[in-house]
Amino acid sequence: MFDRVIVANRGAVAARVLRALNAMRIHSIAVYSEADAGAPYLGLASETHAIGAAPPRESYLNQDTLLEIFRRSRADAMHPGYGFLSENAGFATRVESAGTRFIGPAPRWIETMGHKTRARALAHEHGLPVGSGSDILPADKDIVAAAARRIGFPVLVKPAAGGGGIGMLPAYDEGQLAEAVERARSMAERGFANAEVYLEKLLQRPRHIEFQVLGDRFGSVRHLFERDCSVQRRHQKVIEEAPAPLLERKLIEGLADSVAAILQKMGYDNIGTVEMLMGADGSFSFLEMNTRLQVEHGVTEEVTGVDLVQAQIRSAAGERLTAILPEYIELKGHAIQARVYAEDPKRFFPSPGNLKVYRSPVDPSVRIETGYAEGRNVTPHYDPLLAKVIVHAPTREAAIARLCDALEAFAIEGVKHNIPALLKILRSAPFREGQVHTDIVAEVMS
Amino acid sequence: MATVELKSEVTGAVWKIKMQAGDAVAEGDIVMIMESMKMEIPVIAEEDGTLKQLIVKEGEPVTEGQAVAILEI
Repeated sequence: MFDRVIVANRGAVAARVLRALNAMRIHSIAVYSEADAGAPYLGLASETHAIGAAPPRESYLNQDTLLEIFRRSRADAMHPGYGFLSENAGFATRVESAGTRFIGPAPRWIETMGHKTRARALAHEHGLPVGSGSDILPADKDIVAAAARRIGFPVLVKPAAGGGGIGMLPAYDEGQLAEAVERARSMAERGFANAEVYLEKLLQRPRHIEFQVLGDRFGSVRHLFERDCSVQRRHQKVIEEAPAPLLERKLIEGLADSVAAILQKMGYDNIGTVEMLMGADGSFSFLEMNTRLQVEHGVTEEVTGVDLVQAQIRSAAGERLTAILPEYIELKGHAIQARVYAEDPKRFFPSPGNLKVYRSPVDPSVRIETGYAEGRNVTPHYDPLLAKVIVHAPTREAAIARLCDALEAFAIEGVKHNIPALLKILRSAPFREGQVHTDIVAEVMS
Repeated sequence: MATVELKSEVTGAVWKIKMQAGDAVAEGDIVMIMESMKMEIPVIAEEDGTLKQLIVKEGEPVTEGQAVAILEI
């Protein structure tokens, strides 16, 4: 096992990983930008290091500074969290070359899965269902239009190197296509330093269902069931749950088994999530694979009893899945997570500011993952996530009720927040009935 | 001639200014784009007119409700 592990991230995920390291009695090392100096979770770390100014490029994305801190702190492994450098294959390679273990899959996986059209081709080659789409779009507008016509409108323009819903733009007809492609290219270039975009069929009211997997370095991969993350705004998840409602268990677990078997055949070797869309006709199609811990890992932990962060660290340290996971993983009850964002609850525009009041519910049955505390500033430099609120109950109905109670018990002043929107969605008839799909937020809020 | 202030809807920074002082502006035109928390939020002209003055520069931090440009209508 590792002796000293550094967490190259901030906020709720840094807090979560530090907690896992402490539970494993590993010396934990945290880093922080100027904006995060004094953040409450830094108190969980055995040691902390300043890494630069608030803008991510000068701190959490600054590879040279981070590598120097890894060296100075004598870290033998690094946990990247999610976001920032967690899916940067070049960085993972540099970390490993410097003698620090990257807690994630081998860099080649990050590279392959990080490029969406390559990942789609690989998934298809290994027998996963893949929806219709294009290759990387060339500059020639006629070829782009022909590709869209072949797929059939509406289409979604997506950055090949993308993530987090950034730069994804729909085109409902040929008239909208050129501008959507141009804007997506610009956003992709800016967000991911790669202007490549491609087209996917835009499904109407699909469900987003994803499979949690864990692999080891000895050729084993297992799944830990699925999550439903259909409730999204701007292609970003806001409410996630496990198990997925209203699906036949035999069908979904059969699909989970085949996903794990395919990844095992491919040799996947750490934590990952295979995201799929389920069409109105019940068909599944591969969307992408995330080669890292997910924001919504907590709901899977609640229904399986497996600590995914500790499991991920143990796998990276060279333990076998047979030692890490119980022989039978049982699905118990229902878990739901709501993401509390600093944003206005109508248009979902970000709302940075000072948390003049920040009080979360004290109910021990409610799990709260946050990087904030009262008096802290929510800066415009980072993601607007304030807290993840996770509940676990014997039934979905009881989980919804508990989550609503928990969200109502929050007191937040100084920034706008989306709790009114979350409550409206959770209490809506379609959500309560399990009739979730990726347009539910727009439909419930209108 | 009446003037109206265009305001930023978010706290963040000016990412890109799309128009220059003196430009003719139509309702719905994007005058500039703000950036906050990994999002791009446009500042949109609500009326036809002429862009009289830009109050901010690219990269400059702005607060919610801050006037960023003046439109002559």
